[in-house]
Amino acid sequence: MTKTLYDKIWDAHVVGQRSDGATILYIDHHLLHEVTSPQAFEGLRLTGRSPWRLGANLATPDHNVPTQNRAAGVEGIEDPIAREQIITLDRNCNDFGIRQFDMTDPRQGIVHVIGPEQGATLPGTTIVCGDSHTSTHGAFGALAQGIGTSEVEHVLATQCLVQTRSQNLRVEVTGRLQQGVYAKDIVLAIIRLLGTAGATGHTIEYTGSAIRSLSMEGRMTVCNMSIEAGARAGLVAVDDVTLSYLEGRPFAPDGELLERAERYWRGLVSDPGAEFDLSFELDADELKPQVSWGTNPELVVDIDGVVPEPDIFDDPEKEEMAVRALKYMGLEPGAPMTELRLDRVFIGSCTNSRIEDLRIAADLVRGRKISSALKSAIVVPGSGLVKAEAEQEGLDQIFSDAGFEWRDPGCSMCLAMNADRLYPEERAASTSNRNFEGRQGYLGRTHLVSPATAVASAIAGRLADPREFM
Amino acid sequence: MESFSVHRGTLVPLDRANVDTDQIIPKQFLKSIKRTGFGENLFDAWRFIDEGEIGKNPNERKINREFIFNDPRYQGVSILLGRRNFGCGSSREHAVWALFEFGIRCVIAPSFADIFYNNCFKNRLLPIVLKEEIIEYLFGLATGPQALEVEVNLETQRLSVETADDIPFEIEPGRKEALILGLDDIGMTFMHSDEIREFEVRHRESMPWIFSHDQT
Repeated sequence: MTKTLYDKIWDAHVVGQRSDGATILYIDHHLLHEVTSPQAFEGLRLTGRSPWRLGANLATPDHNVPTQNRAAGVEGIEDPIAREQIITLDRNCNDFGIRQFDMTDPRQGIVHVIGPEQGATLPGTTIVCGDSHTSTHGAFGALAQGIGTSEVEHVLATQCLVQTRSQNLRVEVTGRLQQGVYAKDIVLAIIRLLGTAGATGHTIEYTGSAIRSLSMEGRMTVCNMSIEAGARAGLVAVDDVTLSYLEGRPFAPDGELLERAERYWRGLVSDPGAEFDLSFELDADELKPQVSWGTNPELVVDIDGVVPEPDIFDDPEKEEMAVRALKYMGLEPGAPMTELRLDRVFIGSCTNSRIEDLRIAADLVRGRKISSALKSAIVVPGSGLVKAEAEQEGLDQIFSDAGFEWRDPGCSMCLAMNADRLYPEERAASTSNRNFEGRQGYLGRTHLVSPATAVASAIAGRLADPREFM
Repeated sequence: MESFSVHRGTLVPLDRANVDTDQIIPKQFLKSIKRTGFGENLFDAWRFIDEGEIGKNPNERKINREFIFNDPRYQGVSILLGRRNFGCGSSREHAVWALFEFGIRCVIAPSFADIFYNNCFKNRLLPIVLKEEIIEYLFGLATGPQALEVEVNLETQRLSVETADDIPFEIEPGRKEALILGLDDIGMTFMHSDEIREFEVRHRESMPWIFSHDQT
């Protein structure tokens, strides 16, 4: 019988069936951070349970950490509640013996950046984390899913997750990306096509020439936002790009073990003729830079488009959603997107904070200045190692010369749990993944874009088409 | 865990699609390391006009009179009627904790986001999926001069309202049993410890590279 990639990984991890009919799925790797883990550790303490397999876990603080004044360490965190949460992660990792890259470790960073960077994210594995953007790791042909805190506790205690098999959805991206168009534009266009719930109950496999030509960083950007279409996981089949990325990374196998692993990994593709429950197609040749205009990631237009009229939606529920979004975003239908003036620009998040993102952004801004009309423009690398690599290449200097602030790694303004945020009615171009109401700050207005579009917009002081700067 | 079998309460209709977990409980409240204390900040940016912060006295907040939860008809509600894709976005279980602590025991919607749906069952909150036309019909009933009283019977899988026929609903038998018996989810999996151990041995043999850094 032919199998999809998802089916193969699923089948290789089924432990058995519980009496309630649910499947017990073995979890190879578990990533933890400070926000969704404290209650899980507390649960272990209350029940006297301990982690099943310590080596499966890797923790790092990311959501809450400040992106400035990091030399002061945990004590330097001004917000006492945030500080307590980070100290709690330190304590939990110490008490239970879990490996952690703490706030002062040079390897600290956003969980979804450090897993792949360390080679802890391996093809064909099952990976979970108490964070919906765990789908990022699917770029390696790993089944990676976001889970709730009770499930974090469940995985810590049993090394398993209890689940039912999802359906298979394929998105084939044909053709090739044109200049100024990137992985972020692909995934925004896919969510625009599928809708925010279009993939609920499904795992998405991204296929096609445009996906195959992406780097691992680009594939991670695409898989990262699978959840924004409702999918729990996204996948890209293993190929040479995957294997060469893994070479020499600290947690990846080497020598004979690597050869053996590679033989297995090469088979991590959907069989020819494997059946998908749903299929969609997108033509990369025709794709322009994308920008969100509303308050969820399906409300997206081309950068050279206009704010749409709500009646473009046939469905009254969606029309109402659009009306509310226009009001919240302070927009008039018909206004060109590139006329919208900005207050802030954010380059970062688990979607777009890897070295390639920073290189693309730096290339475009080199020798230019960002608009003085902006209140702030920050670049937040995804990890300490990304930061160091960028500095070695002199990217920090390019950003600083242009007027960007160069910060320390963390989730930062993607969800504004730390001090980096929007203030009421401020408008931002952001390389993050969610434009929900208040996501980047109370009453803040977010436009999701690629790093190149963010840079073009920072230079212009309004949303701008990066192709005009190339 | 306490059991759930029959629940009777009044229903609040929240007429918005794609209610995301950032709205259910905004991020500034996620810094807590506890499972409790989230109820008073449920739908914070919608229930209040001023910006919510941890520690702000709820009695000094400015109420948003236009939000349905602040309508005098819908005080003391325990059932939430929603629209499509309820609970989308972040995996934060705090959203379910906030709903539960506020008093919500059941959410009825045409569809839910996966992670939110799972999180509900871990916390004795019953999510019920009904067809769009039944949801529409319930919205009609729920927006009268008085809040709609609903009885949710998980045993018989029926919703009862006074003025209409019972509405049947579907639920996976395993999830139903776990809620009714108040089963401990981790405990249920632990009953399979031997199977997990045996699987792990086989898995380690076939894919040793997954385990090669367990000791370092």
